[in-house]
Amino acid sequence: MPFEVLQKRQLSEAVFEMTVAAPAVAAKVRPGQFLMLRVDEHGERIPLTFSDWDAEQGWVRFIFMVVGKTTHALSHREAGETIADLVGPLGKPTRVEGLGRCVVVGGGVGAAVAYPVARAMAEAGNEVTVILGARTADLLVLADEFEKLPISELIVATDDGSEGRKGLVTEPLKELCDAGVVDHAMAIGPAIMMKFCAATTRPYGVPTVVSLNPIMVDGTGMCGACRVSVGGETKFGCVDGPDFDGHLVDFEELMSRQRIYADEEREADAAYRQECSCRTK
Amino acid sequence: MPERDALERAEDFVEVALGYPEELARAEAERCLQCANPTCIAGCPVNIDIKSFIGRILEGDYEGGTRVIKERNPLPAVCGRVCPQEEQCEKACILARKGEPVAIGRLERFLGDRELARPPAERERPETAPPSGRRVAVIGSGPAGLACAGELARLGHAVTVFESLHAPGGVLTYGIPEFRLPKSIVRAEIDALADMGVEVVTDTVIGATYTLGELLEDQGLDAAFIGAGAGLPVFLGIPGENLNGVYSANEFLTRVNLMKAYEFPTYDTPVWRGRKVAVVGGGNVAMDAARTAKRLGAEEVFLVYRRTEEEMPARREEVHHAREEGVEFKMLCSPVEVLGRDGWVTGLTATRMELGEPDASGRRAPVCVVGSEFTIDCDTVIVALGTRANPVLTSTADGLELTSRGYIVADENGATSVPGVYAGGDIVTGSATVIKAMGAGKRAAAAIHARLGAS
Ligand SMILES: Cc1cc2nc3c(=O)[nH]c(=O)nc-3n(C[C@H](O)[C@H](O)[C@H](O)COP(=O)(O)OP(=O)(O)OC[C@H]3O[C@@H](n4cnc5c(N)ncnc54)[C@H](O)[C@@H]3O)c2cc1C
Ligand SMILES: Cc1cc2nc3c(=O)[nH]c(=O)nc-3n(C[C@H](O)[C@H](O)[C@H](O)COP(=O)(O)OP(=O)(O)OC[C@H]3O[C@@H](n4cnc5c(N)ncnc54)[C@H](O)[C@@H]3O)c2cc1C
Ligand code: FES
Repeated sequence: MPFEVLQKRQLSEAVFEMTVAAPAVAAKVRPGQFLMLRVDEHGERIPLTFSDWDAEQGWVRFIFMVVGKTTHALSHREAGETIADLVGPLGKPTRVEGLGRCVVVGGGVGAAVAYPVARAMAEAGNEVTVILGARTADLLVLADEFEKLPISELIVATDDGSEGRKGLVTEPLKELCDAGVVDHAMAIGPAIMMKFCAATTRPYGVPTVVSLNPIMVDGTGMCGACRVSVGGETKFGCVDGPDFDGHLVDFEELMSRQRIYADEEREADAAYRQECSCRTK
Repeated sequence: MPERDALERAEDFVEVALGYPEELARAEAERCLQCANPTCIAGCPVNIDIKSFIGRILEGDYEGGTRVIKERNPLPAVCGRVCPQEEQCEKACILARKGEPVAIGRLERFLGDRELARPPAERERPETAPPSGRRVAVIGSGPAGLACAGELARLGHAVTVFESLHAPGGVLTYGIPEFRLPKSIVRAEIDALADMGVEVVTDTVIGATYTLGELLEDQGLDAAFIGAGAGLPVFLGIPGENLNGVYSANEFLTRVNLMKAYEFPTYDTPVWRGRKVAVVGGGNVAMDAARTAKRLGAEEVFLVYRRTEEEMPARREEVHHAREEGVEFKMLCSPVEVLGRDGWVTGLTATRMELGEPDASGRRAPVCVVGSEFTIDCDTVIVALGTRANPVLTSTADGLELTSRGYIVADENGATSVPGVYAGGDIVTGSATVIKAMGAGKRAAAAIHARLGAS
């Protein structure tokens, strides 16, 4: 079933925001949930998190980083064109009520997922601090949008110091924990970042939720591709998550499973780049 | 029935069984005794008038034969291929007592295929009753949902089928491989239902996109049928099961069939192509996984099953095909651990079993032989131990009574604890067969029709 692209916006060199007409889905989304899409009839099903949605106007929005074939092809879809499939909302919504003083950490494109979560936490009456991290200023996304949220503080950290503080997101996180002003932490980004965020909060006993991104196929609990180990138990990321207790997640296993198809992904992306350059010639 | 050579076919995904040419079909039909009181019909879960369709083949009236089948079964080309006829109609055939029963399934396929060879506009289109003005939602586009939808459409009701995946067909599309059931055939038989006015809406998860309550109340549908299947994979629960290279049969087959990973990189979805593959299980799903692994280029494929070949629930024909294609059977073995290095599978440790006393099901229960552990050298493990009920829909449906294992409780007509909501197929019975699911869908359609007529 084709879905119309209403708008595409480039946020940084490799990061795009896309708005798609999907009225039934838009009516249902809650923060932290995701969709599965297929760009065309030959495409892979990939999960992306809703960054925004409007039930009345019937659209959903997501932000994605170009990392391989599918995200690359998606970035070439223009307003007025369609994508083959979009299904959702999937996964359990993020808990946002009654958390107290929250810190939301968004790393890289994880900022896109952090945005609706931070907004919902603030709207639910929590006191929210956001820490945004990226390797360099160019890769920082949505900083302006976060500024406009009713949050108490926005801390930006880049690895090279090209914007905000120089260093990793775990440093301000640790300072806040030291100051004893964190009741609840949420970390969203690359697995390695979430792992270190969980390690940072553990000594302080601060409950820390992470939003996991295992490889998925159906996104509805049918295949088990997305299984993750949490506290020694196997869970399905798509239906039991994507949020889990960061202090119980086996991140090594997650990172290993994310690399299963590394060779095939390189092959597919290379072939696609070749095809694109042929087409433009 | 003619088949492709085992070694040649084990290299590709083209269909194995070639189907009857016309002369062979006629010759086989000649064997039918055209009994005064045919016993075969009662053996068919949807009671196709078998005697009569074989009679039409004898007369050369193939369209007429198709019409007879389609009165009862909208998917003849599918069922002619995948039904376990040896346990149903053919078992009940009078000739089976003395020897070979009439090959009813193959004749059904012959008619189904002939029909699909005609241009779409000329194909048989069952007569539909005038519009009733009633609307029914069907959840799930597997055999149960499709049969229910087809029957309701025939009775004049407006039917919308909601499917969570991007393609309809259920297990016919995502589970059963191309070499046993070509997807073009599934597609064509579903298109024929669409021609009858059945609307299929893909990309819609009931329980997420809409709840059951919303369909009935907000959208004002008059009744609903749930044919959501039993899609939740079961794992072994042994150490090492999350290593790279361990698949549920569902994931492995979905990647290959639904996502067409065997055509990677033409299709984007990858699948890990193991060189030595251990498939755990003894049902049709295990056979399909093993034969698929072989076609993806595995040098060795082992089938690991804890009882003996005799107890295997797979169809004999499929066991035979798997063996012909070089799948190696390791019977009386039960896995205890998946071994790995650097995150990837390197082997499967299993223990030997022996058969003990009969259990509740009457099958002799396998018991473990102490100290008999050994390791199978492999880089892929595919777990085909069956499936359970997926809670995505049922957990959001208020008042829907479930069994302790999460299946929907329904009576013989499919009626559930919620008035106006019916269910059938694997979501009620647990994993069963295509034709049983279709039978349940049709019975529910009749019950829904009666309910709508009465209200
Ligand atoms: C619940 C969830 C929410 C996500 N939300 C976002 C988001 O909002 N924005 C965003 O940019 N990314 C998000 N991702 C990651 C995104 O799905 C992947 O970047 C995308 O699938 C890459 O596909 P590709 O073909 O472009 O790259 P590939 O070259 O195929 O893969 C690059 C990497 O992406 C991961 N990946 C590949 N295929 C899949 C798949 N089918 N499912 C999951 N991961 C895969 C792999 O770990 C791989 O190493 C999310 C992932 C999950 C599980
Ligand atoms: C690999 C394999 C091989 C098999 N081989 C044979 C064979 O040779 N012969 C035979 O007779 N039987 C075979 N079977 C069994 C047979 O396929 C099933 O018994 C039959 O398909 C059950 O039909 P169903 O309609 O109940 O469910 P399914 O075929 O499972 O269809 C259910 C559909 O509902 C959809 N769905 C689920 N939840 C939702 C939701 N919440 N919202 C919307 N849609 C939803 C699913 O995506 C799916 O498309 C096989 C099964 C497998 C897995
Ligand atoms: S993606 Fe298939 S079960 Fe989660």
